Amino acid sequence: MYAFLFFLNFLLIYTVFAVYAERKISAFIQDRYGPMEVGYYGLLQTIADLLKLVQKEDIVPFQSDRKIFKPAPIIIFVAVFAGFAVLPLTSGFAGSAIDAGLFYLLAIVSLDVMGILLAGWGSNSKYALFGAMRSIAQIISYEIPLTLSVVCVVLVAQSLNLQEIVYQQGIWINEVDAEAVNYLFGIKALGIETTEIGGILTWNILRAPIFLFAWLVFFIASLAECNRAPFDIPEAESELVAGFHVEYSGFRWAMIMLAEYGMMLLVAFLGAILFLGGWNTPLPNFGTVALADWTSGEPGTLAGNLWGAFWLISKALLTVGVQIWIRWTYPRLRLDQLMNLSWKYLTPAAILLVLLSALWRMLMI
Amino acid sequence: MKEYWQNIKTTTKTLSEGLKVTFKHIKDARGSREALYTDDDNYFERQNGIFTTQYPKEVLPVPHHGRYKLHNEIDDCIVCDKCAKVCPVNCIDIEPVRSVGEFGKTSDGTSKRIYAAKFDIDMAKCCFCGLCTVVCPTECLTMTDEYDFSTDNIADHNFEFGEMTPLEILEKRKELEEFNKQKEAAKAAKITSAGAAKPQMKPRVAPGSAASTAGSAKPVFRPKVPVKRASTDAESGAAKPKPVMRPKVVVKKKEAAAESQEASSNPRPVIKPKVPMKPKVPASRNEGEESSEGQRPKAVRPKIPIKPKVPTPEKPEEKEDTGAQKPKAVRPKVPMRPKIPTPKPDNPDPDSNESAE
Repeated sequence: MYAFLFFLNFLLIYTVFAVYAERKISAFIQDRYGPMEVGYYGLLQTIADLLKLVQKEDIVPFQSDRKIFKPAPIIIFVAVFAGFAVLPLTSGFAGSAIDAGLFYLLAIVSLDVMGILLAGWGSNSKYALFGAMRSIAQIISYEIPLTLSVVCVVLVAQSLNLQEIVYQQGIWINEVDAEAVNYLFGIKALGIETTEIGGILTWNILRAPIFLFAWLVFFIASLAECNRAPFDIPEAESELVAGFHVEYSGFRWAMIMLAEYGMMLLVAFLGAILFLGGWNTPLPNFGTVALADWTSGEPGTLAGNLWGAFWLISKALLTVGVQIWIRWTYPRLRLDQLMNLSWKYLTPAAILLVLLSALWRMLMI
Repeated sequence: MKEYWQNIKTTTKTLSEGLKVTFKHIKDARGSREALYTDDDNYFERQNGIFTTQYPKEVLPVPHHGRYKLHNEIDDCIVCDKCAKVCPVNCIDIEPVRSVGEFGKTSDGTSKRIYAAKFDIDMAKCCFCGLCTVVCPTECLTMTDEYDFSTDNIADHNFEFGEMTPLEILEKRKELEEFNKQKEAAKAAKITSAGAAKPQMKPRVAPGSAASTAGSAKPVFRPKVPVKRASTDAESGAAKPKPVMRPKVVVKKKEAAAESQEASSNPRPVIKPKVPMKPKVPASRNEGEESSEGQRPKAVRPKIPIKPKVPTPEKPEEKEDTGAQKPKAVRPKVPMRPKIPTPKPDNPDPDSNESAE
């Protein structure tokens, strides 16, 4: 329940400032100022936009299928928001600590596609339908490399429980498994134990260095999952107006946007949890200079929770920043290029990585 | 297969290159371009950073006399009407009221003889060609560096430069009317002795003026001025401005001086318009002179001592016109000349108006 309240409010506040950040970063990349008028340096611009959106009329097209059209944004948002339920924000704070958390997350997020299809189909507009079709083709294609890259982590972590996966990536690994030992790069033969060092050295991307590539595949596929540039052909402003949500206005449109930014945050969280150490600190212990100890509290204590939330949210927001940076750097992929990338490059790479992960696991024990 | 790896390689390389480029822009966004005009030495110095200006708060400099909003320095305006004439879109609306005498000088020494009862420039119509500023003889009409005068009421685009109150205008009109009445009365008194009436004169003037000054509207002025002369003078004078001016000098010292100053200071284009004015000075007498010249070559000449300086070509033209049109009416007027000396100060004004037209 606390997680629900926290994540809902966090998501709303985050969206307001993510939109602001998106506009500012895009402006800076294009040598502009971006919003400057509302509030200091334009900080309240998004709030003004939100107030405007809430006041707008909820237009339902006459020819649309009302029964499908109206709940579609809710389905989209709920599917995304439900994903937050299993995220371990800190060592002691998670909505649900189910053992199949990762599996649940991937499954529930896939429902997002259904909402998009309903929105596009119910709008009874060619642009919306085109957008929905493309979105489905894209999301289903990219779900494969995404899932395979997640499977890499599962192979190494030997668990679908997100909290456990996070624990393994830091100095508190022995809290969940008293006998577990971390080695540098996950190679036991090197004989360098990093269990007590922790920090970035025990993050999954260094715990098994091939995860650097897995993380890359995951990141690219997750961009496609959020329908963000350069994979935003479902929305493709310049050709489809707004894609599947072209007919929406007012609050329903706001919910779709909220879901989009929520999805960005969710995959950023997931990426941080699976590959970047979750709520673990990036600073390692160096002998008496126990940076890792100083920057992360004992699990379950207040300090532990605050440090954990700080690190995980920082990592997630940083990832969102990179997503925004990428969006304003690369042009949109054509549909055939999109499929090309997914099926010819990412999927084979992900399959190879799964194989290598299994082998790497052999090195670790 | 080789191509496959090559693709991955180039993709990685180009993508990272792209990220570097945009990151550089984010970094540079800490600074922004200064508001420099193109002639600044540092104009090309800063090539990076935020490029936009926050317009109402920051303004890029523009040339001081760019083609932006028109401004009329009404104190320097002699209401010559040239700007209104040359305007291709008729955005300048002038309502002149002649004064009885010279009532002031512009800052460059030109006599002001016409009040601007109304001097409106409708910037909504303006095409910003700048022609009016070129023809302005006193350079009182300029284009300023102000370009932000948009409003939500198009009527606000009409800028009024006339500074007279309705009362003043009324006063000046009355003054002029009274003066004209007096003049006419005086004329009538003399004419009765000679037996010629004005009505006959007007018809002459009209055809001549129409022919000589190619089709500009001068409803107000026509009656007063025998325009022809002015125009013909102008034509002849355009070629040799000086000879024309001299006669004036002889006639009126004040005006001649002022005009000669202008003439010397201003390049030709400016002179031309003025030239017509000078002939008018003689033209003020025109009514009398024309008739006298055309009809009685002998009688006129004695006066002409002045004219001899006037380019000789003038005479034949004048003679032809006047002779052809009013053989009879002219004679009676001759007696008027003696009177002329008094009206002189007034007459120049009407002339100048007409000539301007």
